[in-house]
Amino acid sequence: MDEMVLLGDEALALGAIDAGMSSAYGYPGTPSSEIMEYILEYSSSSKDLFATWSSNEKTAYEEALGASFVGKRVLVTMKHVGLNVAADSFMNSALCDINGGLVIAVADDPGMHSSQGEQDSRYYSAFARIMCFEPRNQQECYEMTREAFDISEKFHIPVMIRLVTRLAHSRAVVVPSEKREANELHKSDNTAGWRLLPALARKNWAKLLEDQTDFEKYTNESEYNPLSINTDFTDFGVITTGLGRNYYDEAKIELPSLPSHLHISAYPAPKDKIQKLAASVKKIVVIEEGCTFIEDYLRGYLEQSIEISGKRNGAISLTGELNPDNIRGALGLPKREGLKTEMALPGRPPQLCKGCPHADTYAAINSAREEFDNSIVTSDIGCYSLGALPPHKAIETIICMGASIGTAKGAAEAGFKPVVAVIGDSTFLHSGISPLVDAVSCNTPMTVIILDNGTVAMTGGQETILPSSRLKSLIEGIGIEPDHIKTIVPLKKNHTENVDVIKTEMEYDGISVVISLRECLETARKRKKAGGNK
Amino acid sequence: MKYDIILAGVGGQGVLSVAACIATSAMLQGLNVRQSEVHGMAQRGGAVMSHLRISDKEIPGDLVGRGNADMILSMEPLESLRYLDYLNPEGKIVTSSETVINIPDYPDESEIIENVKATGVSVIVDAKAIARESGNMKAANIVIVGAASSYLPVEQKYIEQAIKQMFSAKGEDVVEQNLKAFISGRA
Repeated sequence: MDEMVLLGDEALALGAIDAGMSSAYGYPGTPSSEIMEYILEYSSSSKDLFATWSSNEKTAYEEALGASFVGKRVLVTMKHVGLNVAADSFMNSALCDINGGLVIAVADDPGMHSSQGEQDSRYYSAFARIMCFEPRNQQECYEMTREAFDISEKFHIPVMIRLVTRLAHSRAVVVPSEKREANELHKSDNTAGWRLLPALARKNWAKLLEDQTDFEKYTNESEYNPLSINTDFTDFGVITTGLGRNYYDEAKIELPSLPSHLHISAYPAPKDKIQKLAASVKKIVVIEEGCTFIEDYLRGYLEQSIEISGKRNGAISLTGELNPDNIRGALGLPKREGLKTEMALPGRPPQLCKGCPHADTYAAINSAREEFDNSIVTSDIGCYSLGALPPHKAIETIICMGASIGTAKGAAEAGFKPVVAVIGDSTFLHSGISPLVDAVSCNTPMTVIILDNGTVAMTGGQETILPSSRLKSLIEGIGIEPDHIKTIVPLKKNHTENVDVIKTEMEYDGISVVISLRECLETARKRKKAGGNK
Repeated sequence: MKYDIILAGVGGQGVLSVAACIATSAMLQGLNVRQSEVHGMAQRGGAVMSHLRISDKEIPGDLVGRGNADMILSMEPLESLRYLDYLNPEGKIVTSSETVINIPDYPDESEIIENVKATGVSVIVDAKAIARESGNMKAANIVIVGAASSYLPVEQKYIEQAIKQMFSAKGEDVVEQNLKAFISGRA
């Protein structure tokens, strides 16, 4: 097969396609989005593969589960915080008798390049007691994805692939293998394995716990967890996971002796191999991307007392991503330095594009707020989060997808007034509808401003799950008074008018929605380039 | 042989396309390449950087170490100073002289240029003017590639081949303008 240059995300996508995947679902989120982008591009010219974005990670996960139930191989993709949204379906699916291979690709973002947290998804795989693969380069992304489908069908569990930003968004050569056929539709006879009634769920849970022995046998024998012992050097041994291995490989040539080394990329952790390593050295240095997952596992598991060095003792930072430099101290290697400048350099944070509709909405919100002594503006996840920074400084909370509306409701019901929630159209469709229904049920005095730019802008301009034209009828349908559903067009020339609308709704003693409607500039540019109309 | 490059610029300037051009040419020459990109929030008009690693051997990691970069290749002079800590003392800075002023506290332009020159390893290119002379204002990034090319471990013919590949869909005129921009930048 021909070599291809692919992002880690794309290599995973191709691995799934070549593994005979029939369906793929996901919700955009940096750094995972390019997995689905690649699959969508492929599926546009393939009859055998169904791929689509979903409203959110939970619906995506459940859609994937359904495809698996009827025997097809299916991939579901999301970023790490998206797994929180899908957690209910994910955790419980671990108790199901998985039929067609179900692989969940989760991209973590250590260092928070484009996220609100740096949680480590390996904990979720251990929490659900399923298996997890952690590739360290593009070729492994490709190969492990296929392996993950095989393991899912062999052990009848969902299998996770954990990516991190640096792998997801780094390009290198991949050598693909033969594409295999998709599964035929085959609904299993064991539908009891899909009904988590307490009596049945107890059985499934007991079986999953029993199966752990098989999972560990696999990871102890897997070539994805290679162990090398150097009996001549016992001062310390090294455990690496994920990209930690790459940085270690580059640094180890500077060490006087090559330490014994275990690389872990298939979980649950390979107990036997860890024991062998621990029995051969006086100390274990752990270099892992993310939280102290393996490090804590060692402390809780090893029978002998052995010094463990890693993030807990400060040898490697607890926060941020690994890099070739911050692992050196743990190995006893000196710091490296480059050139320096005397000049103090100002930061250059990201900002809204010039002419962005959000900027005009924020200008209107800021002017409307001047009419009140005190006010609160909650907000959400998207490009518009940049409205927290100067020169806008228009929003005061950013928590997670959909949280703007719920937190606004709580603040209003605690007696604060006026309360404004600012949320993007895609975030609203992702998880803003349910809290708005809550607000309607209490006629909570608050104003929701939906920034409707017609796209999922921050992650690269994916299509929203519903077009802008359907938003208003959806909002009417859940019972907002039609007189208090307003649409404004965020342009400088409409500023005074827009301020009036927002101010009036802020004064209103009930739930109101203002839709601020103007297409994202990037989306408009792409549409014009493609020669299409809206 | 290994050659590590830090590419720097402002989101929207085309840092990734410059990285792609050099990466493609190195691969055409049969070298190994790893390229780490920045997507998502950081792309929106903020400082962006990309790690590009070229070697005739296997390259384990995606990231360049401190003091290990052989070149800082920057689309913007202020950004060329931001990652100096990565540059080894024998390395080179190749930067465009054209400023992107989108922050209120942007320093005085002459102070920046002085500090870039003070490193003693800089090549400052008036990429925009050279691109204009080549007949395509948009070719400034290719001028920068040209200016960097004499230090890169990649033969000129492969870079030219990569440029042809990059722009072939836009017609022969655009290809010619970019090749001209490359040669002028190299001069």
